[in-house]
Amino acid sequence: MTELSFHLNGREVKAHAGESILQVADREGVAVPRLCWQEGLSDAGNCRSCMVEVMGERVLAASCCRRPAAGMKVQTDSPRALAAQKMVLELLLADQPAEALTRHHELNDWALKAGVGSSRFAPRPAVPADRSHAGITVEMDACIQCTRCLRACRDAQGNDVIGLAFRGGEAKIVFDFDDAMGASSCVGCGECVQACPTGALAPAGKVALAEPDVSVDSLCPYCGVGCQVTYHVKDEAVLFVEGRDGPANHGRLCVKGRYGFDYPRHPQRLTVPLIRRNGVPKDAVNRLAPADLLSVFREASWDEALALAGGTLARLRDEHGPRALAGFGSAKGSNEEAYLFQKLVRLGFGSNNVDHCTRLCHASSVAALLEGLGSGAVSNPVMDVLQAEVVIVIGANPTVNHPVAASWIKNAVEQGTRLVMIDPRKSDLSRIAHRSLQFTPDTDVALLNSMMHVIVTEGLVDRAFVENRTLGYEALAANVLAYSPELMAPVTGVPAETVREVARLYATSRASMILWGMGISQHVHGTDNARCLIALSLMTGQIGRPGTGLHPLRGQNNVQGASDAGLIPMMYPDYQRVDDPAVRARFAAAWNVPASSLDEQPGLTVVEVMHAIRRGEVRGMFIMGENPAMSDPDASHARAALAALDMLVVQDLFLTETAALADVVLPASAFIEKTGSFTNTDRRVQIGRRALPLPGQARQDLDILIQLAGHLGLDWHGYGEGDDAAAAVFDEMRRLMPSIAGITWPRLQMEDGVTYPCPHEGDAGEAVVFTDHFPTPSGRGRFVPAGIVPADERPDADYPLVLITGRQLEHWHTGSMTRRSQVLDHIEPDPVVLVHPADLAAIGAVAGELVTLVSRRGQVSLYARADSSSARGAVFVAFCWFESAINRLTNPALDPVAKIPGFKHCAVQLQRGGVAPLDGGYRDLEIRAVALTG
Amino acid sequence: MNHPIIPIAVLSADRQRKRQAPKGRQVEPAALAEVQALLFEHSGDEPVRRDLLIEYLHRINDQYGQLGAPHLAALAHCMRLSLAEVFEVASFYHHFDIVKEDGDGLIAAPPALTVRVCDGLSCELAGASDLLDRLPALLGHEVRLIPAPCVGRCEQAPVAVVHQHPVGFATAGAVLDAVRSGLRLDTPAAAIGLVDYIAGGGYAVLRDCLEGRRSLDSVLTVLDDAGLRGLGGAGFPAGRKWRLVAAEPAPRLLAVNIDEGEPGTFKDRWCLEADPHRFLEGVLIAAWAVGIEAVYLYLRDEYHGARTLLEGALADLHAAPPVAGRALPLIELRRGAGAYICGEESAMIESIEGKRGLPRLRPPYVAQVGLFGRPTLEHNLETLFWVRELLERGGAWFAAHGRHGRHGLRRYSVSGRVRLPGVKLAPAGITVQELIDEFCGGMADGHRLHAYLPGGASGGILPASLNHLPLDFDTLQPHGCFIGSAAVIVLSQHDKVVDAARNLMRFFEHESCGQCTPCRVGTTKASALINQPRWNLPLLAELSQVMRDASICGLGQAAPNPVDCVIRYFPHELTADE
Repeated sequence: MTELSFHLNGREVKAHAGESILQVADREGVAVPRLCWQEGLSDAGNCRSCMVEVMGERVLAASCCRRPAAGMKVQTDSPRALAAQKMVLELLLADQPAEALTRHHELNDWALKAGVGSSRFAPRPAVPADRSHAGITVEMDACIQCTRCLRACRDAQGNDVIGLAFRGGEAKIVFDFDDAMGASSCVGCGECVQACPTGALAPAGKVALAEPDVSVDSLCPYCGVGCQVTYHVKDEAVLFVEGRDGPANHGRLCVKGRYGFDYPRHPQRLTVPLIRRNGVPKDAVNRLAPADLLSVFREASWDEALALAGGTLARLRDEHGPRALAGFGSAKGSNEEAYLFQKLVRLGFGSNNVDHCTRLCHASSVAALLEGLGSGAVSNPVMDVLQAEVVIVIGANPTVNHPVAASWIKNAVEQGTRLVMIDPRKSDLSRIAHRSLQFTPDTDVALLNSMMHVIVTEGLVDRAFVENRTLGYEALAANVLAYSPELMAPVTGVPAETVREVARLYATSRASMILWGMGISQHVHGTDNARCLIALSLMTGQIGRPGTGLHPLRGQNNVQGASDAGLIPMMYPDYQRVDDPAVRARFAAAWNVPASSLDEQPGLTVVEVMHAIRRGEVRGMFIMGENPAMSDPDASHARAALAALDMLVVQDLFLTETAALADVVLPASAFIEKTGSFTNTDRRVQIGRRALPLPGQARQDLDILIQLAGHLGLDWHGYGEGDDAAAAVFDEMRRLMPSIAGITWPRLQMEDGVTYPCPHEGDAGEAVVFTDHFPTPSGRGRFVPAGIVPADERPDADYPLVLITGRQLEHWHTGSMTRRSQVLDHIEPDPVVLVHPADLAAIGAVAGELVTLVSRRGQVSLYARADSSSARGAVFVAFCWFESAINRLTNPALDPVAKIPGFKHCAVQLQRGGVAPLDGGYRDLEIRAVALTG
Repeated sequence: MNHPIIPIAVLSADRQRKRQAPKGRQVEPAALAEVQALLFEHSGDEPVRRDLLIEYLHRINDQYGQLGAPHLAALAHCMRLSLAEVFEVASFYHHFDIVKEDGDGLIAAPPALTVRVCDGLSCELAGASDLLDRLPALLGHEVRLIPAPCVGRCEQAPVAVVHQHPVGFATAGAVLDAVRSGLRLDTPAAAIGLVDYIAGGGYAVLRDCLEGRRSLDSVLTVLDDAGLRGLGGAGFPAGRKWRLVAAEPAPRLLAVNIDEGEPGTFKDRWCLEADPHRFLEGVLIAAWAVGIEAVYLYLRDEYHGARTLLEGALADLHAAPPVAGRALPLIELRRGAGAYICGEESAMIESIEGKRGLPRLRPPYVAQVGLFGRPTLEHNLETLFWVRELLERGGAWFAAHGRHGRHGLRRYSVSGRVRLPGVKLAPAGITVQELIDEFCGGMADGHRLHAYLPGGASGGILPASLNHLPLDFDTLQPHGCFIGSAAVIVLSQHDKVVDAARNLMRFFEHESCGQCTPCRVGTTKASALINQPRWNLPLLAELSQVMRDASICGLGQAAPNPVDCVIRYFPHELTADE
């Protein structure tokens, strides 16, 4: 039955299958109170404020979780129903604190509507507030035990921190073991705050009581998931952030998206152009303290700064040739900025020396995907995990790096999807995984080949798919025969039987999906790793359908878009190769330049640029929004290279470690201060909208690019300024990029996001691709066999441990934004290395103690965090700590195909003690007496 | 006030903690080893089961006298559960003592001994509060003395329990003696063992069923003819229930409710302690008739002796199955942990699944979606206890009993001011006066019937003037009462019904699961209101109506009964109370 009719307050109404009485009432405009019910959460039916009278039944029914039956007679406004609704509100009202804790107090709102004034019951004893969490204030006085927070924490986000403990009148919302929120395992996603109807859980600082001047629908600036948010702004500052019902997040956010919004107003924000003072040398070793900034730089006018920057770069180009210049764009900028940046380099500098940090994260994945499948993007959106029977997450820690994506994986597991975690480190998702394969670092190919060995030798290959859709299977099959799980078990450390089970599971399920992160890509054999994953999906036909496919989780909010827009030395926008004359001709025509003026050689990649500087080949650089001094491997070497440049122009928000080595620093715009399009990991182009004005003399990035171009001989004033420029640039892009040709700027404004491929205006956009062919010349996917290539540097007697680098939940990338966010900084204030407790004990150190990591390239000291999820012999450090910059230790050896460094593997030793890292993070200019708890 | 400054010292302690370990509690290796030993000593290599969480908590609580936070964290780790999931379950049940780290990060040792004094109505009538007043001085601070809700031994009121050892007709001296002489355990009663049970014709009916000599139809017909109804309190016709569940898709489960927590009720314990195999035969016949795959027996934790007895009976049964060649269904005995609400059928199911005992919203009903999501036949112990005898003697035999137009027999748990309290097998429909006079040797000396509770704490309170009402299902509703589990508590002229109502509302407040507003907040507010010298009658009336109308389960719906009965039948006590 899809529809039935029943009587609601004497009127015949229709109900759709599965609809509750409350939902029908809402649709029919009949107001019924409800507190525990919330769209998107499971039914609890516990508040009992929505009681209705069903004729013929002994007691009243909770309309939120009661499905109407045909012919049922329901009264929402009978005296009995109204008495119950009002009494429930009155009972709850009795225990509320005198002053509301939020402007959106649903209990007060319903009480007002129902005409319930003050309560006739005596209140319960007051409970002290819990202000232990930097971002969330807990005032259980206002709690009505509706469990919306619990369901948000457990059912939606799958964080499982909140429980309903104790019993009866003592029943209480708790964190872990009734611990203070700040001492609990809470990850600060704020989903509970967003769910709370009474402000018992509220953003710290009473901001829920302030009325925003404006609320702007936009995006989160951090990872590639692409959560849609609303910024609530008052007095030109963000009060708080709420998740919007976007396709990737459906209202959910993580701690960074929720609380990492205040960095644009950090006291260290650059608001005036800076020029290095004459004669002040570039110090590649010591940190430039913010207090000393003006002894190194002087403030300058925009005209002077732009003239100096552009003029010097033009002179270097003219004197040393176009390849003497290079530019690093940013995966944090918009598509329009990325596009204009690469255009600036290709036309203004005259070479293809343009790259960005995708080189450091997924270059190998993209290389393998382009080679095997003809497209570097994901085949299926993250959300497809909900349609998968088996999900493999390999070399990724989504609860830390893509928390909202992780929440969908957790939801899928809850629905019965079997999750297989494959990673040398045990992550949070391991707890709910069907199998967790904690393999020896650097043995990815051995492990994946042994899985394929099982599929090939046990007859689990999808013959039809291989036959009709692929090339090169025989060579692949022959290659993996040498890798039986039994033979590989001593190498990988994973029992053969487990490998066999997982391989069978993956191959035979109705729909299997693979998601991966930089544990796959950041190796000198990163391309091989990704080739194996592609081969796995091709041989089993687990691609091209919903719930299947390959999803490299993109790390930055716009790393997909920046790559698409051509911030790559070997490709123009939309992956059109620079060494293809037809492509060059096309772009030359569009850009109105002679084809001969376009460089036909691919440019240098990120790490290659550093080497070229040391060789004196590259003399000038323009770096926009990237921080290679922190993010490049062997960072000391990278810093020395940057310091050796004749002209370094840095466009950024803060005086980053890279900007400290600059000759000219241009104060730019933060995400929230500009409008632009951003492409998330699902290939969805979404619109970010300006919510704050620019501080001081800071300018929009796009405007700066246009102005700088003028000093390099390009007249781009036709693009206009600000938002107009973004629209104009996007329009130019879509005419050169077939995959987004159908997406117009007005459509983005209207729909907030459109998925590509979207070749024609009006196309819906394809979430799942490769359904009947691959975008390769033959239309087929290609198997590429991979052999074992060991890491460049393996543990030995002197450097016995493996160092794995990555990110921490609260801190994004090099930390220049998140470490300047008050809440995030408070949650994770100090540099730490995660060490297995036994490895810590082995050097006689205790948890929390200062230790030093030493590699052949450098050493850093930081605090030892005992972490039993680390493997023995493998330590982990995030690269966000400027005071303990871990990339001073990493190895710059590159993957030969994709030129990505092997950040996930270098040899180190761990020593007790060391020089304490600079204390205080970026709090130099902050007044600590202002409590975070207000 | 709203802007406290975090002291620097606290901030640095917080930072130090962040340097040391990931967020939240970490698993301590020593606690982990101890918990693993407890989990695997019983089950060997068997994987841990989510539904056994409460059993595992019992193992830790039994072994260490409490649930230390490190053990709980280790258990969560072993079970791949979150900390909150373990804590919320452990903290729901009153018999689990959760102990967290003190200011120095240490876990305090458990009390050397715990003595519980039942403060149920029958025990309170018999002087429990006096015991609670006097014992602390006698027992000293080494012994933890706590009041406990009804322990199901009301015929021996007042009752104290020394660790697990029940002291009936307790005096301060008797309790002290028990403590001093080291009595700690509950010795099982001398019940009929398997050999004697079979010698007395036991399991013959089951054999007839299994071997085809009795047809399913004939068995169901007997139940119908007898008019046997669920004796846990709801009174649903047993035969109809069997048919309903049998019609649902397999696998089907049987859950037996021996969580006899209704104050004043002790008949199930009495049956179990007398003749456990008679009950088990009823279980097995029901399992056969309904096509049950697995049986779960949920026994209240307070019945330690009965548990030992039942464990023994089950072991005997497994060692020598009564019908050769027929395997027994899987039978698991589960132990409650001190929660009255788990006597509610769906709360019990939640508890068997290892969760907090929160009643489920219905529909769906447990017959369709019950334990582990399967169709579930749920029965009270006494209902099944009757099965063998009914099949032996026929439905008509049973139905021939009864008085005042009612049919059948019932076991009344009688306590309070009568000469001979105890379980009384009496005709359904008997009046309280007849029950007292004919079965209880009359009122206790010096006592005269003033009021009575026909159905435990939730069944309301009737005045002596209504001593002629037949006690059975469906007869008391017009009087604002119900018979429930037939726990009859007799009050005399020396007792105040107002005080009884306060005792009962305190019980409901204590035992409410806390899930829904009308019950969680309602019982608390009602308790506060009736503890006032002058009752706010209009407000109580409004509150009571909404508790009845809007509570999720029977606890909240029945909780206002005592208060409403005071207002209806004993208004003079309210004015006298001022």
